[in-house]
Amino acid sequence: MSTAMTSRASAASPTAQALTRPPRSLWRDAGERLLSNRLAQLGMVIVVFFIFLALFVPILFPYDARVDSDLVAQLNPPSLKHPMGTDEQGRDVLRRIAHGAQASLGVGIGAVSIAVIVGTILGLVSGYVGRSLDLGLMFGMDILLSFPGLLLAIAVVALIGPGLRNSLLAISIVSIPVYARIARATVLSLKQQEYITAAHAVGAQGGRILFRHVFPNSLSPVMVAATLGIAAAILETAALGFLGLGQQPPYPEWGAMLADSVKYLTSGAWWVLLFPGLMIMLTVLGFNLLGDGLRDALDPRLRTS
Amino acid sequence: MGHYLLKRSLTLILVLLGVSLLVFGFVRLIPGDPAVVMLGERATPENIERIRAQLGLDKPVYEQYLIFISNALRGDLGTSVLRQEPVTREIIRRFPATIELAFGAMIIATLLGIPLGILSAVKRNSWFDASSMVVALTGVSMPVFWLGLMLIFLFAVTLRWLPSGARLDANTQFQPITNSVLLDSLLQGNPALFFQGVRHLILPALALGTIPMAIIARMTRSSMLEVLNQDYVRTARAKGLHERGVILRHALRNALLPVITVVGLQVGILLSGAILTETVFSWPGIGRWLVDAIYARDYPIVQGVTLTIAIIFVVINLFVDVLYTLVDPRVRLD
Repeated sequence: MSTAMTSRASAASPTAQALTRPPRSLWRDAGERLLSNRLAQLGMVIVVFFIFLALFVPILFPYDARVDSDLVAQLNPPSLKHPMGTDEQGRDVLRRIAHGAQASLGVGIGAVSIAVIVGTILGLVSGYVGRSLDLGLMFGMDILLSFPGLLLAIAVVALIGPGLRNSLLAISIVSIPVYARIARATVLSLKQQEYITAAHAVGAQGGRILFRHVFPNSLSPVMVAATLGIAAAILETAALGFLGLGQQPPYPEWGAMLADSVKYLTSGAWWVLLFPGLMIMLTVLGFNLLGDGLRDALDPRLRTS
Repeated sequence: MGHYLLKRSLTLILVLLGVSLLVFGFVRLIPGDPAVVMLGERATPENIERIRAQLGLDKPVYEQYLIFISNALRGDLGTSVLRQEPVTREIIRRFPATIELAFGAMIIATLLGIPLGILSAVKRNSWFDASSMVVALTGVSMPVFWLGLMLIFLFAVTLRWLPSGARLDANTQFQPITNSVLLDSLLQGNPALFFQGVRHLILPALALGTIPMAIIARMTRSSMLEVLNQDYVRTARAKGLHERGVILRHALRNALLPVITVVGLQVGILLSGAILTETVFSWPGIGRWLVDAIYARDYPIVQGVTLTIAIIFVVINLFVDVLYTLVDPRVRLD
């Protein structure tokens, strides 16, 4: 929005253009700050790597988990043929990890996307309409927030049954209040602003005001929360998988792979334990670094270091 | 203050009523007949009838809720389907183990996290700062169950330094009083039992405490950095105070204020994490009991434990809010 105004002003008057610095957009500034942040760079590289893994591995190396087993290669330690070793059914751990990326990232990104859309709409409408609707919706959010996140996700999955799709649904329900609160706070802080009154005055309808004039202002806090939220969602996906409530065998998922490794702890098969966990940690770290970087880039006043 | 407390308490009661409604609705939302789902293969007509009567499923829904809430208010959370045990009694029996674990984790988290954060801030941009922040960043990104399994693999299986799980060695006789091993062993004057309990607690508490530790360290560091730039810290230095005095007496006290809130906010992480940690370490608390009950579809237990955890969670959150307004007079009550 500020871009549009600056560029229009400078286009209108050549003198003003000569006197002021070249127009800069808020997003471009933020992008530059993000790109100059070492840790955020690292986060981005990790995130892009795992997204590529999730998108292209299933296409480039099709794999049928149902027929994958090699009974002569059970629990082989890492070797040239199996860089991350094999599991109790002789399945290549590296391959299952690569294919498991789809489950973790798919649920993480999918659940947060649903939560962002539903939460933002609820928050915007709730804050804008106010009165009893606001009271009711926010009371509902308070109730959802009365449960530690994972507990609620577990309860929802216990209710609707285990599985990857149900974990996605459970995690998105649990995450909705975060985005609803951010969106609502934006509406409340902007409701009395003059440009909103002006939009009313020229006859804009509620929906247009909300989504064209209010919503863009909540974008940056929502983006930061969503990036960090994906990290949390990936951890929750893995936790559900570990408890046997997420992805069901034989399909690979990092948390479920860890659950399988428990049986072989005492036999010294460290590779089935180490690698899937390392992948979860790296992915989550990537999103956390990117989220921290985004926060610093979008709001330089909050710079943590 | 009184007004504020009253308002917050009233909201809390409303929220808890909502929570109870949700937890109640939980079993009623199960697709199909809950009695049949719960009994699975044991679903004979007599058994189904018995469970329906036990859960009150034969009455109208509003009546079921009134019975549920009035029973819950009197501390009766129903009876487990599988073993026919009163849920409340079992929660009380298992809860001390969870509290012990959470306390152990919190002690590790604060005793390591706060000094780590202070040192990082004081030695800002040093290798110590960089490496402790790397530890903190990886700490918050680690799945707690994976960390637990790695600790078991390293310290219990490979090095054999510590036990891999459970609260006591398999053959240890223990007469519970409060069901907290550490407390009871002290009450009974049995140091050997106490140290055995501590040995069993170290790995689970370390696993559960790592994420809070990382969060507390990061928060302490940034809060400390902010305070170290304040005028009164410069004044203290200008007066010629010893650097240690400046940091510990002048800076730390103010820097710890936001840390208190962060410590309080870890309760949710501890309760969620306890479910996983207890599962990994065969720790006989309510978290593992909940997971077992979900596998067994024993919904009265799931209901009871979920409600209990939610109540603890919101009450502690309120307590932390109030505590914060007490220690920081700048926070206005509203």
